[in-house]
Parts: sequence; C-alpha cells; structure tokens
Amino acid sequence: MRSKTAGPFWVTVDLFFRNGELFRRYRDAPALGAELFERLYGTDPQLVKRQPVDNLNMIKISFPRPKPQGWMGERDMHGGQLYTRLLDVEIG
Amino acid sequence: MTQTHRASGEVVVLVPTGMLGAGIRREHVRYGIAAGAHAIAADSGSTDSGPSYLARGVSKMNRESIKRDLDILMDVASRAKIPLLIGTCGTSGTDSGVDWTRDIAIEVARELGITPKIACLYSEQTAVDLASRNRQGKIAPLPPMGPVSNEVLESCEHIVALMGPEPYIAALQAGADIILGGRTTDTAVLAAVPLLNGAGAGPAWHAAKVAECGGQCTVNPRLGGVLMRVGKDAFDIEPLDPANQCSPESVSAHMLYESSDPYRLTEPGGLLDVTKADYQSLNARVTRVTGSRWEPMPYTMKLEGARGGDFQTIMIMGIEDPEVLAHLDEFHDTLQRVLTDRIKTTFGDEASSFDLSLRFYGWNGTSGRPVPAGTPAPRDVGVMFVVTAPTQDLANRMAKACNPYFFHTPLRLGIELPSYAFPFTPAEMPRGQVYEFLLNHVVHTRDGFELVRTNWTDLAQTTRGVPASA
Repeated sequence: MRSKTAGPFWVTVDLFFRNGELFRRYRDAPALGAELFERLYGTDPQLVKRQPVDNLNMIKISFPRPKPQGWMGERDMHGGQLYTRLLDVEIG
Repeated sequence: MTQTHRASGEVVVLVPTGMLGAGIRREHVRYGIAAGAHAIAADSGSTDSGPSYLARGVSKMNRESIKRDLDILMDVASRAKIPLLIGTCGTSGTDSGVDWTRDIAIEVARELGITPKIACLYSEQTAVDLASRNRQGKIAPLPPMGPVSNEVLESCEHIVALMGPEPYIAALQAGADIILGGRTTDTAVLAAVPLLNGAGAGPAWHAAKVAECGGQCTVNPRLGGVLMRVGKDAFDIEPLDPANQCSPESVSAHMLYESSDPYRLTEPGGLLDVTKADYQSLNARVTRVTGSRWEPMPYTMKLEGARGGDFQTIMIMGIEDPEVLAHLDEFHDTLQRVLTDRIKTTFGDEASSFDLSLRFYGWNGTSGRPVPAGTPAPRDVGVMFVVTAPTQDLANRMAKACNPYFFHTPLRLGIELPSYAFPFTPAEMPRGQVYEFLLNHVVHTRDGFELVRTNWTDLAQTTRGVPASA
C-alpha cells in the first residue's frame, strides 16, 4: 500500500494484492467504496475515483485533498503517510 | 548546425535523468549516443516539491548541480551534432527560470568553446491576460476546483501554462541546437523529437510518459536514465546503465506513479490512452510496448499559479514525564488554551489573525487525528509549536511570548512547575512563508503557440563576445 500526491490537489493510493485471487475478491468490494474515503479523509465522496489495474493485481484510488498541499496546517506535504489510515480497515 | 532528421524507422531519444541537476553520469550519456540517439531530452522541474518554487520563481536545484549536468549534456550533444531539449527550467518553469538556465548554458558554452543556437520558450502568463480569457469563458476548472475569479488570478505571484510539444518542434525546425523551455508537461519535452520525425503519436506520448522520470520505470531507479526508441506502432525502453533493466512490470507500473488515472492521461492537444497497451520483454533489459493510443482533442493548457501567504515560527520540545504522557489529549487542550490566551493578551489587536498549532509527534503529530480510546501512552513525545501570522516578525514575537508558557505549563494547576526539554536556545525558529497553489484550471487555446513566446540566442553570431539576442 502506498500513497502520494497526484498534483497539489489530489491524493492517489495504490493497494497491491499478493495474488490474483485476493485481488479479484476485493476488486469491487463495497468496503473500499467512496464512503470509506469520506470518513477517513474528509474528502468529497462524489469525486473519489477507483480503478482496478488487473495486470498488476492493484487497485488505484484517488481523491481530492480536503486542503491543498502546503496549506498552513500541512502535516504531510507529499501525502506519503496518508495510506496508514487504511491499515485498520476491515474489508471482509 | 544540428541534424534533426535521419532516415530511420525509429526515433531514439536519450533521457539521462528524471530531473536536471540530479547528477548525470557521463558513461550513461555516452551509451545513449553510441546507441544512435537523435536527441537528448530532460525535464528540469516539478510541482512535487511544493508551491514555494513557483511563488518565489526560484530553482530547487542549485546552480552548481545544473551547471554540472548541462556541461556534460551540452558537450556530448555538440559533439554528436544532436539537439538538447530541457523543459520546465528552474523547477517551476517561470520566465526567470528559463533565463537563469540560459545564463548557465551560455557560461558552459563559453567554457566548452561551442557556439550553439539556443531557443528559449516562455510560458508564464499575466493575470491581466488570463482575466480577459476568463471573461470570455475560456478558463475551465478541474475537479475539485470551481470557476476561478479574477481576484484569485491577480493574487498569484506567478502563473504558468503547461506547454505541449509544438513550440519545441517549431524551434527544432528553425534550427535550434539547444531548447530551454518554461513550464511544459513532462511528457511533451520527450515526445517532441519523435513526433517531429514521424513516430506514431500513441507510442511517442506513451514512451515519453514512461521515460519522464528517468530511472523510475526501471528495476533499480537509482541507476540513472533511459533510452526510448519510438516507431510507428511500438516503442522500446531500456536503461542507460548496463546493470539495470526495464521489465514489463516496472514499465507498466510507472503509469501509476503520481497520477490519479492509470490508463488515460490528458495532454495539451489530446489524450493518451494506454488501456490496451501490451508490455513484452524484448530481452533481459529492454521492454517493448504496443497498443498505445493517442486521441487528438481541442487544445487546452493547464495553468499553475501560486502565492505566498502568512509566515510561521516554530519551537520544538521533548517530553518524557509519564504523567503528561498518560494524558496527552488533556495536556494538548490545556497547552493550546494557555498559549492562545497568552497571545491574545500580549498582542491585543495585532492578534486579529493568527493560528496556533501544536503537533504531538509520537502520538498523533503526523495525522492530527483523534487517537482511539485505550491507546497506550508513548514513552516519549516531541511537541512542535507552529504559530502562523501575517508577518515573520509578528510570528517570531508571538513565539517568544509563548516560550516560557510552552516550556513550563504543567498538566494541571497546582503541580510544581515542570520544565520540558528544549534541544535549542533560543527555541524560536523562523520557518518562513507558507505558499499555496491556487489554480487547478485549464485554458482553451487555438493551438500550442497562442500562450508561448520564443526568444533566440545564437552564440555563433556574437559581437565582441556579446551574444545576439532576439
């Protein structure tokens, strides 16, 4: 799992699955839906983008940063640690 | 005079690095030349490093690093009689970034004893011009932004438009040996030469996307840049370092890097679609890609704009006191209240707009989010105090006023005054200005030239050592 800014206004999270079977099981899981990202990051759920990348057993999820990169209260300029909020999420 | 056309089925572009100034290795560049490179192309910028470079119009890389890399590239390009293209000069691609890079290139040329024809491409925009286009409905927001007001345009210190390949192609056709471009899409700098020389548009743009971060698409990103060979329907990508490889996995994974869409990438004048791309190993080091598609679209250029805001001063201290550590949320709230009162009391009206932020590293400093109930106390916490105010001087004075309270506030009243652990004295550290990007918009143009200016410096036409500039 990794996260990074995709330009100053978006965050992109890549979820890599160990094998094709696990990937296919969670590829379209509702537990990884927009509401999760709204809850964890305060982002607009209508703008959350989810794209499976089949040949890499990976799901890419992107969402707008609630505040732009570098704002006065910035704690993670490049979004490198934003993914950790997902670590405790049960996806079934 | 540089040759721009070769009779060949493939166009070969040497990409020595993902960022000019990062430290190019001469043997990598020699390898690319020996392999028949038609051009050298590299990116000199990024928005990744944050908005301060655009707001200030200064380079992230220092002059020595840029000069060192240019020295290698200009020497090699001149000997091989191939063009050198550098995009987004000076990190943010402002006019001053281009000029700064040009001045370094002129110095290098003198030292090498060469007289290249240099084209400078400028893509910085004025708020006045953009406001006029805005009124004509030619500026559209990209999510999550809404329409931009002219006031916001005016508040930017610098605004740049991201160039496509067209101005680079035109400069090459006019005989440029070296092209120094302002803000350009990372891909356009690399796609220009293949597009000029008849390569397929899909492969040219896709190859450029893969190669733009240099070694990032290889198995070992630390080992330098890549070579792209672009044909009509396919492209090959290989590392410049003999010990490195471009595998189908490392190449296909690169489309994911820092982009919110793994398959479709909007560029000036079109869209790159790699949904049906196929990645095959040609040999142990080289990957061949087919199936990349380019869809021409009405021309748009993305805008970037940044400004400087308020100023910050910070203090850091460490806490090991177990009672405090066992009640960190309570301590945070107490400290926040005490320091806010202290600022308001001391500064009165001057404190009409300030922000105070306390971040507890070792607890929740990185995210700032509430900690789940029952989380065990840490052994050690680093508390960072950040005050934000309209001037650096005011931020410094607010931090000074807070210093003794920051240092001595107990968990609760009635306890003997503690002293926490300051690593430095004085504790207040002026951190500088907060910068922000303000624009995430595109401007619709007729073509790739409407918002771009070109200047020429031909070192072959000098009068008593002074270059002729047009």
